[in-house]
Amino acid sequence: MSTETLIFEKGAPGRVAATLPLLDVPTRPLDELVPADLLRSEPAPLPEVSEIEVVRHYTHLSQRNFGVDSGFYPLGSCTMKYNPKLNEDIAGLPGFARLHPLQADGDTQGAIQLVYELEGYLAEISGMRRVTLQPAAGAHGEITGLMIIKAYQEHRGEGHRNVVLIPDGAHGTNPASAALAGYVTVELKSNARGGVDLAHLEEVLASQEGKIAALMMTNPNTLGLFDPNILEIARRVHDAGGQLYYDGANANAILGIARPGDMGFDVVHFNLHKTCSTPHGGGGPGAGPVGVAEHLLPYIPGPLPAKGADGYYWEDAGPLSIGRVRANCGNFLILVRAYTYLRFHGPDGLRHVSDSAVLNANYVMRALQDDYHLWFDQPCMHEFVFSADWQKRGDVHALDIAKRLLDFGIHPPTIYFPLIVPEALMIEPTETETRETLDNFIAVMRQIAHEAKENPTIILEAPHDTVVGRLDQTLAARKPDLRWQPEPVEPVAARV
Amino acid sequence: MSYVPNTTAEQQEMLRAVGAETIEDVLAPIPEQVRLKRPLDLPPALPEPDIKRLMSRMAGQNADLDRYVSYLGAGSYEHILPSVVPHLVRRSEFYTSYTPYQPEISQGMLQAIYEYQTMVCQITGMDVANASLYDGSTAVVEAALLAVGAAGTGDVLVSRALDPQYRATLRTYAWSRGFTIKEIALEDGATSVAALEAALTPQTKAVIIQHPNFFGSLEDVRAIERLVRTTNALYVVAFTEPASLGVLAAPGDYGADIVAGEGQSLGSPIGYGGPALGVFASRSAFVRRLPGRLVGKTVDDRGQTGYVLTLQTREQHIRRERATSNICTNQALLALAATIYLAALGKSGFRELGEQCLLKAHYAQERITAIPGFRPLFARPFFDEFAVTTPLPAKELNAMLRSRDIVGGYDLSRDYPELGDAMLFCVTETRTREDIDTLAAALEDIAGGSR
Repeated sequence: MSTETLIFEKGAPGRVAATLPLLDVPTRPLDELVPADLLRSEPAPLPEVSEIEVVRHYTHLSQRNFGVDSGFYPLGSCTMKYNPKLNEDIAGLPGFARLHPLQADGDTQGAIQLVYELEGYLAEISGMRRVTLQPAAGAHGEITGLMIIKAYQEHRGEGHRNVVLIPDGAHGTNPASAALAGYVTVELKSNARGGVDLAHLEEVLASQEGKIAALMMTNPNTLGLFDPNILEIARRVHDAGGQLYYDGANANAILGIARPGDMGFDVVHFNLHKTCSTPHGGGGPGAGPVGVAEHLLPYIPGPLPAKGADGYYWEDAGPLSIGRVRANCGNFLILVRAYTYLRFHGPDGLRHVSDSAVLNANYVMRALQDDYHLWFDQPCMHEFVFSADWQKRGDVHALDIAKRLLDFGIHPPTIYFPLIVPEALMIEPTETETRETLDNFIAVMRQIAHEAKENPTIILEAPHDTVVGRLDQTLAARKPDLRWQPEPVEPVAARV
Repeated sequence: MSYVPNTTAEQQEMLRAVGAETIEDVLAPIPEQVRLKRPLDLPPALPEPDIKRLMSRMAGQNADLDRYVSYLGAGSYEHILPSVVPHLVRRSEFYTSYTPYQPEISQGMLQAIYEYQTMVCQITGMDVANASLYDGSTAVVEAALLAVGAAGTGDVLVSRALDPQYRATLRTYAWSRGFTIKEIALEDGATSVAALEAALTPQTKAVIIQHPNFFGSLEDVRAIERLVRTTNALYVVAFTEPASLGVLAAPGDYGADIVAGEGQSLGSPIGYGGPALGVFASRSAFVRRLPGRLVGKTVDDRGQTGYVLTLQTREQHIRRERATSNICTNQALLALAATIYLAALGKSGFRELGEQCLLKAHYAQERITAIPGFRPLFARPFFDEFAVTTPLPAKELNAMLRSRDIVGGYDLSRDYPELGDAMLFCVTETRTREDIDTLAAALEDIAGGSR
């Protein structure tokens, strides 16, 4: 139990940490150069702290944070695998980190080569024709992919197609991206085995005839289940004139085993911060490259990397391209990490990644299925979903189980998602965990299941060992306090 | 090769534990028809030392800014990087963590983001800031999306002095969402107030300018504000060069409704343009319409101060198709870097940063425009970038500079052919007087040779 004061509450007037270069040009009053009304009258009220204070403050904050390097992080759908240190070193090389995005192609041959080759690797892994590396994250990839579909359909005179189908178990970004791209979303029901309900799909395709733009799918889906009907789904959506979009959040399950392109998908996005081990950074940055099939190639964002007789160069997008989706070529230093990861693994290593991720998930799932309600009792891929409804009878909810796990130094699973499983606990161990770590997690989860029956109070009052206890979310939302403000100074008059 | 720790023997035991003989039994749910029946066609695995050699060679193919003196800005800026920043950002409890959905074990990142939101408000003069967006261009897009609202229609007026890549990104999203972008013409390298006045209509949802603008010039921010206030449009001020906020009036002081810009140069490597840091701040009236994550202060069940992600009903994982934005993953680690950077520079250092950029750029501008053939393109005040005419095409000039180990300025004819042979030079605090004198001598020499 402890608190850490804010950086604004530390230091003293006049203290400073960083030093600037010597000022070696003539100095003069700024208002000789810039009109006074465009100048700041007072410096921005930033902290005044020394270097040691900066270092101690942010070191203390880091000690109040939990990462993959701290312990097991089975956060479903997020693929919190180990982030190799090698990747960090490579991304820090000055030849990558210290490049200006507008330097001439001739001065950035290594960078363009890296992007060119990474594009090729991702195209091969996904079975797509080409891949744009511009999108900065998965959701950015989704909107990019949907815009590509929109441009393609508009060009074919089918701009009236305005419906995007989204399974009820989908990530929240899917409907949000579809709405942003100007589409109406229609939710598809899941069947008893957790896959797309083909009868409902048929019904919706009929009722929305002529209006279907796309179906967005994750496969394996958010239940960690591979939809065995994928080829049939693809056929029906294509017959209805729709495009098939692959949300690559769960690609860690299929590397070298199956490819979205071979399943019939037209557009694929990757989350390199999941599948290719680039660190999540406390929320970002990531990278969300988008691959497309041949017929969508004219519409992808540019510029794209190309290779000619004189070396590598950036080629402008064609006239049908949707245009840019951001400035510059993408989250380049994340791409460097992903490239390093793929070169380290090679084809066999990547296949071993997915095999092991699937094995670890099944191992944990089977070990705990007598203690927690396995909502869909069938072999899983890289993740699976329990329901805490057995525990709920003793008033213990998924949230409480999550909080109790914190006492054991384990990051909780994703909870209350997917929405179709009540009291969901979505568990993704990833391939980079030892058997001992998995066994320890199993033992802890069994103990919590036991506590739920015998001593629920210890769960309901959890966490016991964290720097803060459960936080008042309602207060935070009702009276938003989103920034520090100095204590109001009493007016001079009042003091007299 | 992989980072899988379990041995083949261990995996055999684990397979038996789940009632399988081989991994194929576990993969049975994937139908045969969609299986890849060959190994992926990728280069073979390489051990760590070999990768290091390979990647060092590839990195060495690039003319990096440690080896060459550069005068490129045009949206991406080189500033000093105090050693404390990367050292602290590399604390792996920060960089290997996920979005702080479990606040009890994420207080470090949550508090840092709360400090970040505060510092963004301090430098922009705005009331509220979010936890980051992808980059400056998408931050400007989100500003436009907020302005057009749920209907997604109307006009957004955009200065032609907004970064060309930002304008391109805006056009993509505007087409997709269904609103209209109208570009406002320039006058002497800045937004024409007369053209803006003529373009404003009741359908105008937002006016977007960049300050300092793409040419480094300062805009008539107060005149534009007065004009925008005659309508219901939102006043959006974009920036690409955050160091300018050290000396220039804060957008909050001249009436901006939304500030959207690029914050990468605050403590993160320039990195060939990414990852970047989308900064987004607004007046408090828009707090429930903001895109992306927000961290708020609250108390725990023991009465202690703590921080949480808040107002999440705006976001995609709760609101789905009715969310204010589709953003999920953001640029949190760069927000952390910016926080540490601004703390390290502090009140006096951040001001000095702006002063040095301003003074050094003006020194360079005077040296360069004293050379025959290099005239100031505009008469406006500027911050740390300035446009000049060139006596030969910028592309040729840059090739000649490059042979002297100098990376020249930005060739303006790429995006503004109407300006003729012109170049945009950027001079920040990282350039020395000696660097600038060397550049001036080189230009003099080249110009003399071309006459």
